[in-house]
Amino acid sequence: MTLLITVFAAVISTVIWYNRENDDMKLGPLLFMYWGASIMWFVDAIFEYAELGAEYFAPALEDIINDTFLGLSVVALGLVIWVVRLLILDPKGKIGRILIRDRKTV
Amino acid sequence: MACFLVSGAEAVVVKAVEKAEEKKELKRIESGDVSVNSATIPLSRKLKWLFNLLLGGAVLLAFEHVWHGEVVAWFPFLTAMSDPADASEMFHEMATVGVTMALLITAVWAGMCVTADAIVKRNASDTASNEA
Repeated sequence: MTLLITVFAAVISTVIWYNRENDDMKLGPLLFMYWGASIMWFVDAIFEYAELGAEYFAPALEDIINDTFLGLSVVALGLVIWVVRLLILDPKGKIGRILIRDRKTV
Repeated sequence: MACFLVSGAEAVVVKAVEKAEEKKELKRIESGDVSVNSATIPLSRKLKWLFNLLLGGAVLLAFEHVWHGEVVAWFPFLTAMSDPADASEMFHEMATVGVTMALLITAVWAGMCVTADAIVKRNASDTASNEA
């Protein structure tokens, strides 16, 4: 489930990246992060399948819920890393302008 | 257990190579080397893709290990290190799962580079034929 959620996040972020009009949102690292994690979890799944066999495709409900929660948390963490990086890089210069304006008013 | 460390270590090496390559490319541009043309993707840029893939994956996988209680905030940071049997299992996992992860990411990146070069060449030849 974690693999599936991360793959969906990777595909969606790639489609958004492809349709972007400029690089202001700095989406590149976000999709690389999701694709990297997807590949790594894919390898993990192959090894788990080799160990468990067909049982791998019939997880317990509790495991599905836990993995879904983990997958969503991973996607959220990726988004947080991306948005923090975006604010630090400040490609549109908005944060810089706000900080200068605030300094003038204080 | 700690499979993400292999990709993390590779990411560090790739970053070092990328920085060295970036310096070389800058020197070549400054010296006016004609072999540097705009129709190819610089190696430093390609290495940046690999670095992002490796580090991004390693960070998200590290979070998964924290989630499962395999990585902790105190020394030795990996719970498996406190028991020799667990530690040997962890090293085995790093050597199998971890190395396979790093290899697959590198293979995917190599495929990406070949495809990207082909796309750039196709676009360059399309532009040239349109201009002719």
